Amino acid sequence: MSFVQEAMQAVMKKAIALAPDGWIPGGHPDPLMREKHGLIGASISRIDGPLKVAGQARFAAEFPMEGLTYAALRHSTIARGRIVSLDTTQAEAAPGVVLVMTHLNAPRLKPTPPFGSKPQAAGGDDVPVMQDDRIHWNGQPVAVVLAETQDQADHAQSLIRVQYEVQGGVTSLDAARAQGPEPGKFQGELLKVEIKDAEALFAAAPVKVDAVYRTPPHNHNPIELHAATLAWEGDELRVHDATQAVAHAAWTLSQVFDIKEAQVHVTSPFVGGGFGSKTLWQHQILAAAAARLAGRPVRIVVSREGVFRIVGGRALTEQRVAIGAQQDGGFDAIIHTGLTVMTPHNAMTEPFIVATRSAYAAKSFKLEVDTVKLNMVANTFMRAPGEAVGTFALESAIDELAAELGMDPIALRSRNEPEQDPTNGLPFSQRGVEQAWKTGAERFGWETRNATPGATRDGDWLVGVGCATATYPYYRMAGGAARIILDRTGRAVVEIAAHEMGMGTATAHTQVVAERLGLSLDQVEFRYGDTAFPGLVLAGGSQQTASIGSAVIVAHRTLVTELLKLAGNDSPLAGLKPDEVGGLDGGLCKLDEPGRCESYASILARAQRETLTVEGEAPPPLELQHWSMHSHGAMFCEVRVNAITGETRVSRFLGSFDCGRILNAKTAASQFRGGIIMGLGLALMEDAQFDERTGRIMNPSLAEYHVPVHMDVPEIEVMWTDEPDPHAPMGARGIGEIGITGVGAAVANAVFNATGKRVRDLPITLDKLL
Amino acid sequence: MTPFLYERAADRQGALALGARAGASYLGGGTNLVDLMRETIAHPELLVDVTGLSREIEDTPEGGLRIGAGVKNTAVAGDRRVRQRYPLLAQAILAGASAQIRNMATTGGNILQRTRCAYFYDDAARCNKRAPGAGCDAVEGFNRIHAILGASPACVATHPSDMCVALAALEATVTLEGQDGGREIAFADLHRLPGETPEVETQLRPGELITAVTLPPNGLAARSTYRKVRDRASYAFALVSVAAGLELEGGVIGDVRLALGGVAHKPWRAHAAEAALKGRPATESVFREAAEAELAPARPLRDNGFKIELARRVIVDTLVKLARTEETV
Repeated sequence: MSFVQEAMQAVMKKAIALAPDGWIPGGHPDPLMREKHGLIGASISRIDGPLKVAGQARFAAEFPMEGLTYAALRHSTIARGRIVSLDTTQAEAAPGVVLVMTHLNAPRLKPTPPFGSKPQAAGGDDVPVMQDDRIHWNGQPVAVVLAETQDQADHAQSLIRVQYEVQGGVTSLDAARAQGPEPGKFQGELLKVEIKDAEALFAAAPVKVDAVYRTPPHNHNPIELHAATLAWEGDELRVHDATQAVAHAAWTLSQVFDIKEAQVHVTSPFVGGGFGSKTLWQHQILAAAAARLAGRPVRIVVSREGVFRIVGGRALTEQRVAIGAQQDGGFDAIIHTGLTVMTPHNAMTEPFIVATRSAYAAKSFKLEVDTVKLNMVANTFMRAPGEAVGTFALESAIDELAAELGMDPIALRSRNEPEQDPTNGLPFSQRGVEQAWKTGAERFGWETRNATPGATRDGDWLVGVGCATATYPYYRMAGGAARIILDRTGRAVVEIAAHEMGMGTATAHTQVVAERLGLSLDQVEFRYGDTAFPGLVLAGGSQQTASIGSAVIVAHRTLVTELLKLAGNDSPLAGLKPDEVGGLDGGLCKLDEPGRCESYASILARAQRETLTVEGEAPPPLELQHWSMHSHGAMFCEVRVNAITGETRVSRFLGSFDCGRILNAKTAASQFRGGIIMGLGLALMEDAQFDERTGRIMNPSLAEYHVPVHMDVPEIEVMWTDEPDPHAPMGARGIGEIGITGVGAAVANAVFNATGKRVRDLPITLDKLL
Repeated sequence: MTPFLYERAADRQGALALGARAGASYLGGGTNLVDLMRETIAHPELLVDVTGLSREIEDTPEGGLRIGAGVKNTAVAGDRRVRQRYPLLAQAILAGASAQIRNMATTGGNILQRTRCAYFYDDAARCNKRAPGAGCDAVEGFNRIHAILGASPACVATHPSDMCVALAALEATVTLEGQDGGREIAFADLHRLPGETPEVETQLRPGELITAVTLPPNGLAARSTYRKVRDRASYAFALVSVAAGLELEGGVIGDVRLALGGVAHKPWRAHAAEAALKGRPATESVFREAAEAELAPARPLRDNGFKIELARRVIVDTLVKLARTEETV
């Protein structure tokens, strides 16, 4: 046995010992998942709401610092080549300029560890940051200006004269394709599944659909621009960042600046939307490098155009979906293959087949993602990477097949409901997709639809309805850790390096901790967004809740153990084991003898302790080894398509979800609705115009890059099964991303029902319906 | 943004004196000019704020309306006289931009707004409008929103205003003031087609200031409409828009006005269509013939060929609906 294997075994042994039984087969689930009348699931308003309404929630670009300078970036205008000359004299002479930094004077930096290269790595790409004259994409920063005001910095950067030499560069899909595709990987895993001979079974199937679906590149547009306010304090770097990964950012910055992780302190108390984009891009590194060079603190707020230039988005996809079926609808073969783009400097494949791996039963599968490389800003995670666009193709094809078969599309899905995970054979941890379809269809009034395309008209408007399955997996990444500090007044503070990007994290986890400890909401303070706190927690992959929840479970168990020790023989709890007690009414009680209790205040007072502090580390995500864990939703859409102009307006939308327990009804509804609205943008308008001649994005503004405005968004109804997942902390699977999945297909299927036209090429703009 | 001087004009003479200086630009609501300055596309050395001038909407002795150039878009669209006598103007203004932008934007500024061509807005691209003689990257680039009528090899940009399409249909006149005195020109003559000099967008002389727009009295204007087709429900520029007014006499078309937006370098008065409509029966086939007459010279680019069919449909449908309304009056 190798050293590594031995170490792994030891880790697993420890993990199994620490893990709640629900995370391994045959065990007991988190008791909180059964709480029906307490704080779990309650509709609680955001605890940070008043701060935000009053403008007192401090975001990254709002932290004051003594002697602050303001940064502006200059971006390259070629996609590949080198800088021939850089004339910064005018910029340096401009009013208020403190520093102009280019590759000629930037401090020497180590390469940025890109996402996936290490568990703590957060870099969007591994291009050396302003270390040489090489240009890797159109928009790469070539200079940073620091000035006394933002306006001075913005102006001065425009005075820099740069000359480039273009050297090749691949900026068109055809040219990239000509260089040959490579197999795509996601989270270290090859994106390829082959079960039996799917092409042969498809060819022999009596009923089939076979179509190519295309989705364009998308850019991130969170309301809060990417920003950081930072300063060097000696050899220590303090960063107020807008990030969904404080600990990852700190570690990655420490690697770049070749210092210890503990020398980088990152905070991020509030983030104005992340969606996968608020990780580590060049701007924080450049700001920190410039701050070191200038010896002054720096604030950098990337411009809206700058976000398009230096922050990656969702890569384009070209997907073939072919389904072969029997006359009764049973699937013989599901083929989902195709192409996406990435760059020479990152490792992120848009994994559009991931949903297809677990969605439907079939006799055979062929799933595969190929990648080709473009010289462009490194593409990255964008709300439900893979599923958002993959479900557009898969769920459109299901609808096409249903039409071919003359079957109700819901019945066709039900006909192919798998009993276990169809591609890896694992049992499902909990799967209520059929229930979600049933309740959703009833509420939406699906049975009253006219299945004949183009047959329902209201004046100029063709009316249609469509549906699609939404799905997103449960993830839990290793690294969750939490600290609980209980004090003599019976109040608890929980500290964890997690994030509040508007999802309601702080509120939901205040509820969870209060319920777990038997405290009221105002007796619990949830602290987060600071590398002073434990944990390597990514607010991504819809996994933050599971990461926090699992860490708190372990910390809580330690807390109870310590409390029982402190309680000693004079306590009513004397002699009880941790498993026999639970939190209730501000103290511990014997679970099956509620009168046998002692308050936290009493235990600590008797032990003459002011506080009791415990920490816990979440075990590795063993549950994912044993179960196939997925959330689902049944998405229903009604559209009106103008028969004269082709304009599509979504008039009704309903999402019926099965995501385990819902922790906060109010913030969950917002998450679902927000995802659906983003999905309407994906369906109808989002389209980054990447000019294949130059590799330049031509619509880098919210005026020309369309996202839905209020008038594009109808009333959106959301509902959920609230069936707990016995193998997830609190019985809850994450809900941050599922809302966007399935929306593209639900809209496209409704457009087909309205018009008889099948649009397989997003976005569904009016020219495709004329 | 390049540093600039800012002066608030106290009166018209003061404005003209300041506007005559080299590098001066008049500033209305700034909703477009300030954007262009931030994007380093426009570099005025002096901004002459004229928003305090010409802020009245007045009845003219002839029975029309005279709208001061400084009147905000929101105020024009909300004016009772405008809504009753020129409903298409109110509709056109309300179809544009957002409430916040309309609250800032002025009548004069709206007329002089610049194209939304992405290559005009990006100083890394070639653009004959920004840098005469540089070439045009839009001709073979993203040109979904670009012109199908009246374009030239030098420029295929469109004028983005909604309000101006209504003004073209209404045969408005524009009052200009310069240091050498004032003049009135027909609205239709104000904007130019690109030709070889797309950088020259209007007939305005250096330092000349728009002070008012006058709407002539016209019974037809009250029976008019504005239809805008765009990529989302609000806050998007027109792909195609139609301003139309129609007068029927016993099923026969008397007077008619038709103007198109989103199709050309200027608000496009559809003279060919109007000629094909006058004196003819108000039937769908006649409307179709008229639309086809107007669109016969249309030339598609890579991405905007759909606009020809879209314009045809919207012209016909708008006229059909107007005719239907007329019959029920």
